[in-house]
Order: sequence, then C-alpha cells, then structure tokens
Amino acid sequence: MTDIAAVLPDASAAEAEYARRKQRELWRRRLLPAVGILAALGAWAAVVYIFKVPPFVAPSPVAVFATLTSKFGLLIENLVPTAIEAICGFLLGNVAAILIATTFVHKKILEEAFFPLVVIINTIPVVAKAPILVLLLGNGMEPKIAIAALICFFPTLVNMVRGLESVNPQAMELMRVLSASKTEVFFKLRLFNSLPYLFSALKISASTSVIGAIVGEWIGSTQGIGALIIQATYAFDSALLYATVIVGSCFSMVFFLAITLVERLVVRWQAPAGH
Amino acid sequence: MAAPVAAAEAFPSVVPQAASAPAAVACRNVTVRFITDRRTVTALENVSFAVERGGFLSLLGPSGCGKSTLLRVVADLVSPTSGAVSVLGLSPQEARLKRSLGFVFQDAALLPWRTALQNVELPLEVGGAKALPAGAPTPRELLKLVGLEGWEGSYPHELSGGMRQRVSIARALLGGPRLLLMDEPFGALDEITRDRLNEELRRIWQETGTTIMFVTHSVYEALFLGEQVLVLAANPGRVTELVDVGLPRDRTLKIRETQPFVEIAANLRDLLGRGA
Ligand SMILES: Nc1ncnc2c1ncn2[C@@H]1O[C@H](COP(=O)(O)OP(=O)(O)OP(=O)(O)O)[C@@H](O)[C@H]1O
Ligand SMILES: [Mg+2]
Repeated sequence: MTDIAAVLPDASAAEAEYARRKQRELWRRRLLPAVGILAALGAWAAVVYIFKVPPFVAPSPVAVFATLTSKFGLLIENLVPTAIEAICGFLLGNVAAILIATTFVHKKILEEAFFPLVVIINTIPVVAKAPILVLLLGNGMEPKIAIAALICFFPTLVNMVRGLESVNPQAMELMRVLSASKTEVFFKLRLFNSLPYLFSALKISASTSVIGAIVGEWIGSTQGIGALIIQATYAFDSALLYATVIVGSCFSMVFFLAITLVERLVVRWQAPAGH
Repeated sequence: MAAPVAAAEAFPSVVPQAASAPAAVACRNVTVRFITDRRTVTALENVSFAVERGGFLSLLGPSGCGKSTLLRVVADLVSPTSGAVSVLGLSPQEARLKRSLGFVFQDAALLPWRTALQNVELPLEVGGAKALPAGAPTPRELLKLVGLEGWEGSYPHELSGGMRQRVSIARALLGGPRLLLMDEPFGALDEITRDRLNEELRRIWQETGTTIMFVTHSVYEALFLGEQVLVLAANPGRVTELVDVGLPRDRTLKIRETQPFVEIAANLRDLLGRGA
C-alpha cells in the first residue's frame, strides 16, 4: 500500500484521512465489546443482589473475582495439565489431518475408500467417545490428548482437503503448460491455496481442543480444569466453579488469538474486502 | 505477406499451404468431442489451418464455437479425438515439455499469494526450465515492457484487471516462448484499456518475433491484431474461413478508420453471420 501512495504526488492528505478513519474504527472495535462485557457484569451483579440468589446457586461477580485472586495458585496449577493436553492434542490432531489430507489429494483411491469412514467416526459425540478412549488408554494424560486430537482432526481434515483441491482450474492448466511436476504443483499451488482454509479450521480447533481436554478430565481425573469443575460442582462452591470456567475460557481465547496472529503473519495476500 | 493495399483485393485467401516452410502451428482435420452424461458435444470438427513462424493469428467466432478448445489442443491441455496437430514441428506434448509455449488465460490466473514480480518469476521455479537463456529479458524487464515498472511488489488484489492481465502477459513472455497462446485476454476490460493493450501487444509481437494465436469475440480486435484471422462457426465448431489481413505491419489504432480495414471488417462480420 505504501508503494502506491508514494507514486501519487498529493496522496498525503487522503492518506492521513485514511489513517485517521482507520484509527477511529480500531478504537470503536476495541471499546464497544468492553462496554458490552461491563454491562453484562453489571446486570449479573444486579440480578444476584436484587433476587438474593444464594451463593451455592450462583455467585456474584464480586465473589468470583475474590476467588480468582485468592485461589489463583490452585487455578493455574490445574490449568497447566489442561493446557498441555489441549496443545498436544491440537498439534497431534492437526498434523495428522494435514498429512492425511495430503495423502488423500495424491491418492484419490484412498480418499474414496476412507473418507466416508472418517465421517462416520466423527458422528460419534465427544461425550460418547471419551469413555471408550479412557478404557483404551488408561487414566493418564494420554486419553485427554487423544480426545482433544480427535476433536481437532475432523474439521481440519475436511477443510484441508477442500483447500488443497479447490485450486483455480486455470492455475492448474498454467502449471501444466509449465510442465510442473506433482510435487511442484503441491508446494507452489495447492499448499498456499489451502492456507486460508487451514487457518479457519485451526481457529475452530484452538477452542475445541480445550473443550476436548476438559471433557476428558470429567471422566476420570484429579487434576485439570475439568476435574476442578467437577469438584467445585459437588462442593456447591459456585464461585470456584465460575472462576475455573473463566480461567478455562481465558486460556482458549488466548489460544485462539495466538492462531489468529500466526494467520495474519502467514496469510497476507487476501484482499481485505474478500473476507 | 502481400503488399498492404493489394491484399484487401486478394482477400479472401484461404487454405493452409502444406508445402512451404515448417509452420509454427499446423492442424489437420482436428476433431474434438466431449462426452458428458447429458450429451456429446462436438467442440471442433475437421479443423485445418496453419500459422507460419512469427505469424499472428486471430481466432474469431461466436461463443461456444471451440476457440478455447482449439488453443487447449495446441497447448496439450486437451487431446484431439482425431486429427493431427504439430506445434513448432513437434507434437503438442513435446512442445509443452520443451517449454516452448506461453499461455495467457482469460482471467489472468495470477497466484494471489505472490507479488507481481513473483508471479512473473513462477516459470523459473517449476518444470525444469530453471534458468533464463542468456540475454533473455528478466522478469523485471518484462514488467517494464508491459508498462508495470514500479508495481513489482504489489499483490494481485492491489492491481486493476488490466494490470493483472499485463502481469500474466509478462509471465507468459518469460523465457522467450516461441508460441504465445492468448485466450480472450482483454475480454473483461473497458474499451480504452483494451485499445492501449492491443497496441502494446502488437509492439511486443514485433519486438519479440514470437508467434501468437489470439482468441477474441471482437471483429475489430481480431483484425487490428492479426496478420491472419481464422473465422470459426459453432455447432459443431468448424472453420468458416482463414482470412489474410494484409494491413501494414506498423499499425496504430487509427488504421481502424481506413478504407481497407473497414472493408475487411465488414467482410469478417459477413463471414461470422454466415456461420451462425
Ligand atoms: N471440458 C469440457 N467438457 C465438456 N464440454 C466441453 C469442455 N470444454 C468445452 N466444452 C464444450 O465445447 C464447446 C466449445 O467450448 P469452448 O470453450 O472451446 O468455446 P469458446 O469458443 O471458447 O467459447 P467462448 O467464446 O464462450 O469462450 C462448448 O459447447 C462447450 O460446452
Ligand atoms: Mg473460450
């Protein structure tokens, strides 16, 4: 963009105006969500106060905040295993999906044979798959990682196959005119074409891998966000329950933002108007 | 080619000469059929013509008459159902594998993740032809040739349609292809841009001496650009006539108002009407 502006002689005024407008829009986009969140917190506090909701049913935001600070150590202690499980599962599931998508694209016969199976396996709900995996893999971190991986696997596989295959047909013909090999077509064309598809799947799996790890911990675990949720629920400690949920969602939000950041660095070519 | 003025009278001249110097492209009785679930389409039937080396052939015909298919046959992207094709004295496949072809697609077909310069450089990264022949214009020089100096670092979405098309022309010119195939490259452009690019293309053709086959819907474009115009008819796609244009080699857009141009244009329109 700067190159274009440099070509035009009297673009500086318009450019400054553009920068101002962009800045204003940025603030708007930052401030309005904050206003929304504060309003919701206020409403929550008001409801708990006015209707005198007992603390074992729902805590006030103040109590949750107090728990967040006083039990910060406990919360972080339990976040660590969940985060490890989610991240390992995320990596495992997505890498597997990318490799299998690559194989499918190069060996159509495998895609035709196994893709329906993948779809069927994935119609099994997570909550049903979890006990099966716990039985198979025992009680450690492995089943949780496996569950998180499985949850990530499907959307990435589907998106990746679509991204690798939905190449502009004329670009494909161009490659043929240039006598490009299959490998060159893959690395110069298909892979780049798939990146926007891949990242939209990765953003989904950033949050779902955390869900997978937590669900895994519900089944049998004494550690982790999932375990803490169960313990707090049985102890009617609603403030701890809410604080745990908040810590869990903060983590998946950070995870999501990290992927978005990587996407911005990698996928720089799309027209802003396009998406 | 005959003298400019006499040529209009000599018109229409037809029939490819088989005997003379080896042609850049020669098709004999080429037939292409596409079989689909619903119907069998005869995209081309018994198409014969030849383009001499260094020639400029315009392909003119109504939609669906097989113009794109004909270019694809020459570029080895479609195999003919029957008939013989020779490209630069070789089979289309051999010519393609030797990287003798440049192809300009209707929608530019730039890779959106590459800058203008990187798009032009693509042919150097794939398909075995990894080095430019000595003295051949570099990607930067080609971008300059098509009037895009200073835009090397821009991504396709930052360029206008006409600029994108020029990038794809520069890409097709890289490595000095001996045959340039262009499928309605200016179809989506406004008339002013189109006129300018037509002039640029004539200039590039004269400077590089490459053979060009150029598909268009427009009688004026076909006539202004081509040394010959192959008029096609649809259903099935077939040759109506191969017209020798015989206008002066150095042309400006002004030529479109001259008597010979207007006459041949009228004639081409007649031929198009007869084929429909
Ligand atoms: N891959 C294909 N499969 C089936 N039919 C095809 C295929 N390619 C072309 N055809 C058919 O062949 C005929 C000629 O198509 P072609 O694209 O060559 O026409 P064209 O002259 O380039 O038309 P236009 O000017 O609209 O681009 C059409 O009837 C089209 O439907
Ligand atoms: Mg066409």
